[in-house]
Amino acid sequence: MEAAGGVRTEWRWTRKDLVSLEELSREEIELVLDTAESFKEVSAREVKKVPALRGKTVANLFFEPSTRTRTSFELAAKRLSADIVNFSSSGSSTVKGESLKDTVRNMEAMQVDTLVVRHSSSGAAEYLARFVKAGVINAGDGIHEHPTQGLLDIFTIRERKKNLEGLKVCLVGDILHSRVARSNIWGLTKLGAKVSVCGPPTLIPSKIEELGVTVGYDLDEAIRGQDVLNILRIQLERQRGAFFPSIREYAAEYGISKERLERAKKDVLIMHPGPVNRGVELAGEVADGPHSVILDQVTNGIAVRMAVLFLTTMVER
Amino acid sequence: MDKLILDRAAIERAVARMAHEILEKNKGTEGLALVGIQTRGVVLAERLKAAVQSIAGVSAPLGILDINLYRDDLTRVSEQPVIHKTEIPFDIDDKVVVLADDVLYTGRTIRAALDALTDFGRPRRIELAVLVDRGHRELPIRPDFVGKNIPTSREEIVQVRLVETDGKDEVVVSQG
Repeated sequence: MEAAGGVRTEWRWTRKDLVSLEELSREEIELVLDTAESFKEVSAREVKKVPALRGKTVANLFFEPSTRTRTSFELAAKRLSADIVNFSSSGSSTVKGESLKDTVRNMEAMQVDTLVVRHSSSGAAEYLARFVKAGVINAGDGIHEHPTQGLLDIFTIRERKKNLEGLKVCLVGDILHSRVARSNIWGLTKLGAKVSVCGPPTLIPSKIEELGVTVGYDLDEAIRGQDVLNILRIQLERQRGAFFPSIREYAAEYGISKERLERAKKDVLIMHPGPVNRGVELAGEVADGPHSVILDQVTNGIAVRMAVLFLTTMVER
Repeated sequence: MDKLILDRAAIERAVARMAHEILEKNKGTEGLALVGIQTRGVVLAERLKAAVQSIAGVSAPLGILDINLYRDDLTRVSEQPVIHKTEIPFDIDDKVVVLADDVLYTGRTIRAALDALTDFGRPRRIELAVLVDRGHRELPIRPDFVGKNIPTSREEIVQVRLVETDGKDEVVVSQG
């Protein structure tokens, strides 16, 4: 085994941080996905653990409430035998700048190797990554990016459809406030998918076409011929202005109902990053129906986060 | 200066002999399973499986093991290993698992493989089959089935090439 053939041509990972999918190359994205594929088997074992990150410490720093992403990172770290601590400050009174910096400096003083950071300010993870020696993984920063969600979405699509090249993927709903949408757009377009967005005009950022996507406002039109519909959550907590008249009207215009789904391709995949507002952006019977891969996304999330934790933590600091 | 140690025919004979030895030592195929270590160990395991089948007419289950996550030098290697898949599609409890790898050297890969296998269950016995034993063990590990013993210095490089992974069958020793 040792130095067996000697030369391996596969792409190597060199980043201690994962801040966005915008900054990754196609090869880097594929390396994460391939590594995640290898890690998926670990969670299916009776002993769901490998010693790869034994002795490493990971800190979950959540300045914004989150249950599933935090839990997913926590399980991912544990299945790699890393030690993980949780720090949450859901009060959100934490002011940017000094106090965020202080918290992180404290974590570093405790010899934490990798920080998983969620923050309501766009750019928080990148800001931290620049001055800490520890690795920084962005677990969602404001309305900027949520790279591990983007990666697990792409992983789930690839698992079902095999090849992303030319695949039609439509992101539906609140694109304006969605970091999930942005990460999906960057990642999917790099892998050759044809990405479109559809939602109320008030929730589609202007100039989004510059990211290489097409825009639609009529959902019945937009879903025709799509291979994947990734339904975004209506983020009531992020909407201070009135972006649509009422929840009921939104559901009628942009919700995926069973009837509406009949216009889609027979083998269309329905995705959602969770938690689902049932009956708003997605009907319950669709969320639980045969097209839905929502729970696969949750399962795959652990494998993808294991891959990201492993790759970034193993990079020499 | 490369020195050819085994050619295609010699590798074929070595594999056939090892298959016979496996059957002899275990008195048949009862509970026998093969697990190859990524990547050339997998090829060796596949060939041993085929040889066992042609001799005894029984198809033994085959598994694939990537040991990188169990390496004792994971935090010290300068190049990050690429993680390949592990796939053991059968229950290893109470099986006789023949672990296969191309080259046995320090024994650290096998140590990692033993740890990995233990996470999958409790085999009745684990045996080790290698195509080449080049010596220089750093751990108390010995093979049960050996294709060829090759005395080497630490400076020398043993290269096992197999059709499935490298396009041709040969074992070559070169100066490092």
